[in-house]
Amino acid sequence: MNRSLYLTFLFLSLLFLQVFILNNILLFGYVNPYLYIAFVFFYPLKENRFLFLFFAFFLGLCVDFFSDTGGIHAFSILFIAYIRLTFVRFFFKKTPIDYALFRLESEQFGKIFNFVVILTLIHHLLLFSFANFSFQNFGSVLLNTLLSSIFTLLLFFLGTYIFRKKR
Amino acid sequence: MQQIIYFIQKYKYFLFFLLLEFFALFLIINNHSFHKSKFVNSANKITGGFYQKTSQISDYFHLKERNIELANENIKLKNQIEKLRVNIDSTTEVKVIDTSNFNQKYLYINAKITKNEYHKAFNFLTLDKGQKDSIFSEMAVMNSKGIIGITDATSKKYARVQSILNKNSRINARLKNGYHFGTLKWNGENYNVVQLTDIPRQAKVTIGDTIITGGKSTIFPEGILIGKVIKVNLGKTATNSLDIRLFNDMSNLGNVYVVKNYQKEEIKNLENNNNE
Repeated sequence: MNRSLYLTFLFLSLLFLQVFILNNILLFGYVNPYLYIAFVFFYPLKENRFLFLFFAFFLGLCVDFFSDTGGIHAFSILFIAYIRLTFVRFFFKKTPIDYALFRLESEQFGKIFNFVVILTLIHHLLLFSFANFSFQNFGSVLLNTLLSSIFTLLLFFLGTYIFRKKR
Repeated sequence: MQQIIYFIQKYKYFLFFLLLEFFALFLIINNHSFHKSKFVNSANKITGGFYQKTSQISDYFHLKERNIELANENIKLKNQIEKLRVNIDSTTEVKVIDTSNFNQKYLYINAKITKNEYHKAFNFLTLDKGQKDSIFSEMAVMNSKGIIGITDATSKKYARVQSILNKNSRINARLKNGYHFGTLKWNGENYNVVQLTDIPRQAKVTIGDTIITGGKSTIFPEGILIGKVIKVNLGKTATNSLDIRLFNDMSNLGNVYVVKNYQKEEIKNLENNNNE
């Protein structure tokens, strides 16, 4: 019960943070952070995978509803939600037995960094390619991906640093 | 049979993933066609309501600019009235028209933008009025400085507008000092600059010329301001295009007018008859 409450809170707070605050930042006129993908990083591994995929998709769809973008956020967040497990295996060297005890915060910073950076870059690349919706201007897609990723990652690591539980 | 069940068992997550991904792709493609984007848009009850609440808060920060804008428009309209009054006085024959209500061609409906965006390639705005205030799909949206877009999806209380800063936007426009017309598009780069394409080569265009709406469509009234020419691409290509700087600052919009055309049906019927 406690866990589902936490996940609902995470879902709603990330959604509202994204659509009402982060979507209006527009640094240099066009660079926005997309911090709602933190949902994928924080969702526990041992939970039902169907539910996880569905909620990730639904979060993306909600962001789409607010920003009139069809389904690009839903598409890209679902993609990184699906491939997350592969990268957990690759970076943290975990087997299915370890999933129950896996917590992102208790891992080494270097590994977390690689994991988060790769998923963020993939998400942003998909997002901006679909937002562009043509094969022209590919340079601006790459530039947008890079700048927005830096912004997102900066916010993500600052946020996790501030809200870290003191030991 | 067992093979199929085994297959589904093995790849159940992947199949679920594919299903959702195709659904998302379907929504993305639908969002790019004007009439099909009914489902995922910000003009529904929930998102529209949220945007209205947030804009009620943020509007206070722009009150001064809006007041100046409205005052300027009032001055312009008052001057026009004075001009017309002079004309009326000088005519000897005074006609009383009882049917003035029936002859009215356009109706202006006041609305407010609750969500504005200009940084994407396909931008949409949200208005705080909808079908209740007789705003429907395919109606012009403008303010005192110029055109803004066309409504494309409406709910009871909210409406979504396809901005002129949308790569799918096509609007008929012409030069103010001539009747050569072209199509107004946007290339998705600078939100202050749009492109007027397909203008005939014999049209004499110089930098600084004013561009207005052409009135060839049933959506926009004729003569609404758009912007001025800042670059002329002397055309060796088939698509002769001009760069136009908008009079409107699209990043700073508040109150708008939605234009309803009473004679749209009549004109549409006539045009359809010709095709048969």
